[in-house]
Amino acid sequence: MPKRVGMEVSIGASEAVRLANVDAIAAYPITPQTHIVEHLSEFVANGELDAEFIPVESEHSAMSVCCGTSAAGARTFTCTSSQGLALMTEIVFIASAMQLPIVMILANRSLSGPLSIWNDHTDVMLVRDCGWIQAFGENGQEIFDLTLAAFKIAEDHRVVLPFMVNMDGFILSHVIEPIEILDQETVDKFLPPFKPVYRLDPDNPVTMGAFAMPDLYTETKKYQDERLKASLPVIEEIWKEYGDLTGRYYHPVETYKAEGAKTLFITMGSFGETASTAVDTMREEGEAVGLCKIRLWRPFPYEAFWNAMKGVENLIVIDRATSYGGPGGPVASEIRSALYTMENPPKVVDFIAGLAGRDVAPGDYKAMYKRAQERIASGDIAGYEIYGVRE
Amino acid sequence: MIEIRFHGRGGQGAVTSAELLAAAAIEQGKYAQAFPSFGPERRGAPVVAFCRISDEPIRLRANIYEPDVVIVLDPSVLTIAHVEQGLKPDGTLICNTKYDGKHIRDILKVKQKTATVDATHIAMEILKLPITNTTMLGALIRATGLLDKDALKEPLKRRFGKIAEKNIRAYETAYEKTTILE
Repeated sequence: MPKRVGMEVSIGASEAVRLANVDAIAAYPITPQTHIVEHLSEFVANGELDAEFIPVESEHSAMSVCCGTSAAGARTFTCTSSQGLALMTEIVFIASAMQLPIVMILANRSLSGPLSIWNDHTDVMLVRDCGWIQAFGENGQEIFDLTLAAFKIAEDHRVVLPFMVNMDGFILSHVIEPIEILDQETVDKFLPPFKPVYRLDPDNPVTMGAFAMPDLYTETKKYQDERLKASLPVIEEIWKEYGDLTGRYYHPVETYKAEGAKTLFITMGSFGETASTAVDTMREEGEAVGLCKIRLWRPFPYEAFWNAMKGVENLIVIDRATSYGGPGGPVASEIRSALYTMENPPKVVDFIAGLAGRDVAPGDYKAMYKRAQERIASGDIAGYEIYGVRE
Repeated sequence: MIEIRFHGRGGQGAVTSAELLAAAAIEQGKYAQAFPSFGPERRGAPVVAFCRISDEPIRLRANIYEPDVVIVLDPSVLTIAHVEQGLKPDGTLICNTKYDGKHIRDILKVKQKTATVDATHIAMEILKLPITNTTMLGALIRATGLLDKDALKEPLKRRFGKIAEKNIRAYETAYEKTTILE
């Protein structure tokens, strides 16, 4: 078994990209950026990674270059964060529509204003509907594993879609912790070279990113939607294969101490770790509480989610972004929608917490649990509550 | 699980101290986590960094509010950074100071075990710089026994390359010169 090595999670992520032997990396190299591309540029400069590193003048250009290199048949990686994602958003939608299997790590951070650099999920929720596969990791090892598996999933001929690995900014990206790095031989067995279905080639010209008249646009969108939904079994299959290889298995929906739980917390990303520690404490105190983690955000894993909801009376969703003036936080709105056709669905209480780096400690989960019980008892469960606001 | 809070000033290496300690603990087969108090980094401003060390995987992504150990890298933040805040009653306070443990306890009004060393003096003599991160790690290991004394040597060598030897010397000198008031 590979040794656990202490390293910054961003460095671990860049090791995954190196081991995936990418051909092209395009990135805007300064704020809002992580150490991931800094480290990758060092790998390229010192010959440890044979790839084109293309530093660009903006994230809009970064994603544009990624589309170009991926269309030419190069295994392509980029990463960004917050305002950077906002700037590249136009091209993010084009990458999925053109079926370009780019892998991007998004270090989740808030959007300005007020000007802020800290962690939350406002950036990823901006591109919720961009058509990429979107998954969340809760620690450094998961980011390493999900990134490696992302290339195989994205490039699988049954999928051929871009893949976004979400990693909480700072809370994960800047933390030193133990990570097991696979060796090149093991990775090479798992991840074959990229074989594009179509590629830009002057000798065999094809049209990519064509214009669509109204009588075709709807059909292309239906195809794109079906394609993304159909990636779910392939994602499960490749995560299983990765698990057989490493002993670390990933699932679209994961639960912790859910057996016999009347109430489940629902989290995405690094919230899951602190929440599981809080669940341990509350279980010891006799509360029938557990945790359900949404790992795969798109395509949304309905079946797995419904299975996790059986016999559950209450859900406490913790959103890390706001949908101003909406019916709930972005996650809770999806959850309520997913529960609509279920018989005897659990009640949903929605908290928005941890915005822009606001710490959410185990005691906060306990406080939200208590507050949720009060709201359920009084029948006041509509909408959402922004937790921990000083008034 | 042991939770440690580092206090220093930007540029002195409080974050590096936390990282080196975590790296050393992981190398010894333990689980560890090191992270800064995230913010705009400014040279000279009071900063905080955190480290957790455990025999089990760590499932916590929150700041440390009740540390087992507080370590102060810069004497000038001692009375302005609320360094004693949340320190467990059976915890340990470790200070870079030219005063003794009794004096530190008196000015901070604390009763916990207190370890002191004049790390700035040691760093100036050996490194010719008032950067006390590696020096204070010597005091930390001496006062807590968290890891073997030699466990830090490899991480120090990797981190400091050509100047590793001087840093190891500063680390070992502080280890020898630390005074502990139980």
